[in-house]
Amino acid sequence: MRELQLPLSEGDIASLKAYDQICLTGKLYVGRDQVHKRLFSLIEESKELPIPLEGETIYYMGPSPAPEGELIGACGPTTSARMDPFSPLLLDRGLKVMIGKGPRASAVVDAIGRNKAVYLQAFGGCGALYASTVRSVKTVAFAELGPEALLQLEVVKFPVIVAIDSNLGSVYTY
Amino acid sequence: MKKLSKQISEALERAVVELDEGVLEKIMEAHAKESVLAESSQGSKASLAVLDAILENLSIAKKQRLPMCQDTGMFLVFADVGRACPLSLASIEQSIIEGCSEAVQNAYFRRSVVDEPVFDRENTKTNLPPIIWWNLVDGNSLKIQILLKGFGSENCSSVRMLNPTGGSDAVIKAVTEIVKLAGGKPCPPIFVGVGLGGTMDRASYLSKRALLRDVREPHPDKKYAALEEQILSSIQGLEIGSGGLGGQVTALSVAIEEESTHIAGMPLAVSINCWADRKATIEWETEHA
Repeated sequence: MRELQLPLSEGDIASLKAYDQICLTGKLYVGRDQVHKRLFSLIEESKELPIPLEGETIYYMGPSPAPEGELIGACGPTTSARMDPFSPLLLDRGLKVMIGKGPRASAVVDAIGRNKAVYLQAFGGCGALYASTVRSVKTVAFAELGPEALLQLEVVKFPVIVAIDSNLGSVYTY
Repeated sequence: MKKLSKQISEALERAVVELDEGVLEKIMEAHAKESVLAESSQGSKASLAVLDAILENLSIAKKQRLPMCQDTGMFLVFADVGRACPLSLASIEQSIIEGCSEAVQNAYFRRSVVDEPVFDRENTKTNLPPIIWWNLVDGNSLKIQILLKGFGSENCSSVRMLNPTGGSDAVIKAVTEIVKLAGGKPCPPIFVGVGLGGTMDRASYLSKRALLRDVREPHPDKKYAALEEQILSSIQGLEIGSGGLGGQVTALSVAIEEESTHIAGMPLAVSINCWADRKATIEWETEHA
């Protein structure tokens, strides 16, 4: 399986095609519903964001608690569609890679195309598998959200399938 | 003799890490079907990658005693209490709450429950309260079944009030539409619970109850068993596939529960469950009492 370093370069993103099975190594941000709502509001109010978006990767996930002696609990993807109202703005502000599960709204697909971004699907429900790829966990912002806090993870060989590529090739055919 | 609460917590701690044999069998069957077509179909190839990841995930979860999925779900509790059961409802309720609470601590459940739905959505930090349905049955037994219901799939569940003259065609069409709308969102391959009859709320309850049945068992009534097969076949025709990436297997089973209803209606509810169909069954032996 092709292994790519995070953050993905423009060239990496351009080379990815729907259905490609790849794995990722490096740092990514973690945020789901409430993080998206907050980032969206901060941008709308022209306030400073707690993370840079330019060229970055966001993984839609909220982990279960880390057992004693472990870095993280189960940490598979959550349903991406709930982030659809917020994603186009984040993409327009430089976000390049989204990782989640399931299809996206047409507005998100359009934003992927115009920003030459990419949407990757992680294996839904495979929380224990993804826990085994995590090497470090840092809470970056919104700690009060508990399992929904904004995290940064360092991962090694994190497996995904390219779901919507930068030329709008897509695995969602139904 | 174990305390009831201890039996409940142990069953839940197992359910969050390991799947029932029947559920595993269904996943293996899907794996076999997609394997055959993986060379010729892009969708089946991608589906097969998803099913491989699921199997690897289950093996890691079991070995490390880690929840298989971070969405450890809401506790949906079905308490079937014998009319002659010597335990009081209050003590059963207390045992259920204690058992769930212990499991959350011991098995590292995610705290996924908020106290109200619209405004502050403050996390209860306990994954409680559970949702409990009480059902009176004959005899002196007590059977408690608990679904760990993930919400990626629950968000795709739905209710339709169908026309009473619609018959099985209307049922097949409505369930297929609901599953199509769900697409890749609920972590397919999915389990489909269908509730028919009663009222809007009752059909919803029945659709959850349908998810409790052993996934290998058809409905006891031949007509409904045949309808389950027809719905399943119609769903597979959608070719949503594992992970929503295409392929032959979108649903792993369809189970119907039905009951009497009004002359003017045919309530239909569909509860969708992800492949991680986690449930615990606790049968309280009367000699314990």
